[in-house]
Amino acid sequence: MAELQFREAIREAIDEEMGRDEKVFLMGEEVAEYNGAYKVSEGLLDKYGFKRVIDTPISELGFAGIGVGAAMNGLRPIVEFMTFNFAVLAADQIINHASKARYMTGGQITIPMVFRGPNASAGQLGATHSVAFDSMYAHFPGLKVIYTSEPDDAKGLLKSAIRDDNPVLFMESEQMYGLKGEVSEEDDYIIPIGKGKIKREGSDVTIVAHGKMYHVAKQAAAQLEKDGVETEIIDPRTVKPLDLPMIIDSIKKTNRCVVVDEAHPFAGFSAEIGFLIQREAFDYLDAPVQRVTLPDVNAPFAKNLFDAWLPSPKQVIDAVNQVTYRN
Amino acid sequence: MAKKNTDEVRFAPTGIGDEKDGAVQKGVDLPSATRKKHKSLGLSEDDLKSMFKQMYLQRRFEERAMQQYQKGKFGGFLHLYIGQEAVSTGTVFALNDDDDIITAYRDHGWGICRGVTPKEGMAELFGKVTGCSKGKGGSMHFAKTENHFWGGYGIVGGHIPIGGGLGFANKYEQNGRIAACFFGDGAVDQGSLHETFNISKLWGLPVIYVVENNGYSMGTAAKRHTVEDIVDRAKGYGMKSAVVNGMDVFSVYETMKEVAEDVRENSEPWLLEIRTYRYRGHSMSDPQKYRTKEELETYQKNDPIERIKRYLLGNDILNEEEIEEIENKVEQVVLDAVEFADASDFPDEAELYDDMFVEDDPYFHN
Ligand SMILES: Cc1ncc(C[n+]2csc(CCOP(=O)(O)OP(=O)(O)O)c2C)c(N)n1
Ligand SMILES: [Mg+2]
Repeated sequence: MAELQFREAIREAIDEEMGRDEKVFLMGEEVAEYNGAYKVSEGLLDKYGFKRVIDTPISELGFAGIGVGAAMNGLRPIVEFMTFNFAVLAADQIINHASKARYMTGGQITIPMVFRGPNASAGQLGATHSVAFDSMYAHFPGLKVIYTSEPDDAKGLLKSAIRDDNPVLFMESEQMYGLKGEVSEEDDYIIPIGKGKIKREGSDVTIVAHGKMYHVAKQAAAQLEKDGVETEIIDPRTVKPLDLPMIIDSIKKTNRCVVVDEAHPFAGFSAEIGFLIQREAFDYLDAPVQRVTLPDVNAPFAKNLFDAWLPSPKQVIDAVNQVTYRN
Repeated sequence: MAKKNTDEVRFAPTGIGDEKDGAVQKGVDLPSATRKKHKSLGLSEDDLKSMFKQMYLQRRFEERAMQQYQKGKFGGFLHLYIGQEAVSTGTVFALNDDDDIITAYRDHGWGICRGVTPKEGMAELFGKVTGCSKGKGGSMHFAKTENHFWGGYGIVGGHIPIGGGLGFANKYEQNGRIAACFFGDGAVDQGSLHETFNISKLWGLPVIYVVENNGYSMGTAAKRHTVEDIVDRAKGYGMKSAVVNGMDVFSVYETMKEVAEDVRENSEPWLLEIRTYRYRGHSMSDPQKYRTKEELETYQKNDPIERIKRYLLGNDILNEEEIEEIENKVEQVVLDAVEFADASDFPDEAELYDDMFVEDDPYFHN
């Protein structure tokens, strides 16, 4: 195991995959000469040169589409968005083209590419820079969506994403890039897409949390432990395909569940998990599933409002207390 | 300043006539055709015969398709290419067979020209499993990737960056291939075009971008939806450009050949405005109130198929009987295609889930 920052783990994954396959290249705003807006791609230009590490203009629609065409024509692009909030301008390419071209040509087209970059909020950046898009993209058939919480997961899953022959969205977080964690030093470390991980074992309640929310859940779990409540935290890591069996198995043990999600509540990840649990484990539930999400409100700037907006450990604890009837 | 009467406030230019003198605005002004004969264009007599046959095939294929549509044999959209056949044909003859071609939803002619067989094409229109896209795409999504025809796309302007990406891959691989990306005059108004032009010039992408300016974006004349001459968009991006008469297959061939050579040599993008005309409505349910019959007839006088026929006859390359023989053969091919499509099976219901992902047994959420 090596201790790496999140950004270093992502960089290692990209570096290793570029090293092993000439067809893999990276493009995005500020990825090359500036060494990455968040220094994820630092050093890659020096190592791989201008052909394979490419600075783009601020034209998300244009360069995402060039990536789609390049993938169709035999390459394996990694398209970096400065954040997924800006990928909204490229949504036509992701939703209307990357996810659909194979199907509508009866399987003639293959699009082996990764769209990646930070997702969701990163402090007081205001309404347009703070949205979580993982559930939105997971809505669309033809896409795989990954949003990891720790460097080890990020490395193993990004390598899988780059090798996958389908379009994959790989989401990160500005606020987690500096986060350190133990990362496997196994040669060619791969985590299969679609496998969750039990990150804390416990018998009283299941908490499902991914991405940045895993850390909120973890803080809540530490406090709850002091209060004598043993939580089991499941990090699905991949939003789609979803590791539902892992979640259901846990609920069959704990009989209670809280979903923590950094998206808005309507028709998001939390709603989906809630539905699936009632369908698959209705008889095992001792309480209705609860969720902690953003409110149905845009991100505010003011510090106090922002803190109230973002899911907090306190809200998770309250939800756990609710499903365990401890209040 | 006195306030204008509300009725006089205008945004979009209106009507089919000129605002000032009421004269009918033509869809597009055709530049003059090339004067070169086939030999100086490097075309053999056999090439000319195939060009004629190819254009006639596209025409009859679509006329029969329209008939089948009207008979209720299939539904959905049906955007006919009739009138524009010289563009696909001149291009495909000028480019190398492994150069990449991508276009919008008006794609039947393109598919047929790049190896979608009439049977596969007709079956695709019928939504049959024997179609080029296994009945999953329909009229708008013909494709034959093994022949480097990447398909028809239904989001106006959406495939323009993808065309850039096809060229990007060719430059990356240094494989000597180029890409050609076709779209309508309506697509010129999309932001995707401008982003792609800028990046293409900046990165030296070997791509020929081609506007098939047929005068209309659905019911809106080009003059009512876009400013200035379309070809002049190239100037802002420092791209080389040309205007071409798209009702003459020789003109398309000549320019495409020269431009392809330049793009292959210098790896830089071009913009061509090929002026042409679509004879039929935008799709099948278009009452065509936005143009006059006279206008349509003017362009039909320049029909690309009649033009090459005249050339073949006039230069004693084919006589009337030989032309008729070709036409009859094509007619039979198309009738066979209709019969084939009609007799083919619809896709099995289990195929609903096929072709979403590369894996044999992918995950589907439910
Ligand atoms: C993004 C988008 N907006 C609107 C439409 C509806 N639409 C389909 S074709 C068309 C007109 C496009 O005209 P043009 O680009 O000139 O192509 P042509 O039909 O003449 O070949 C419109 C508005 C669409 N398919 N996609
Ligand atoms: Mg048009």
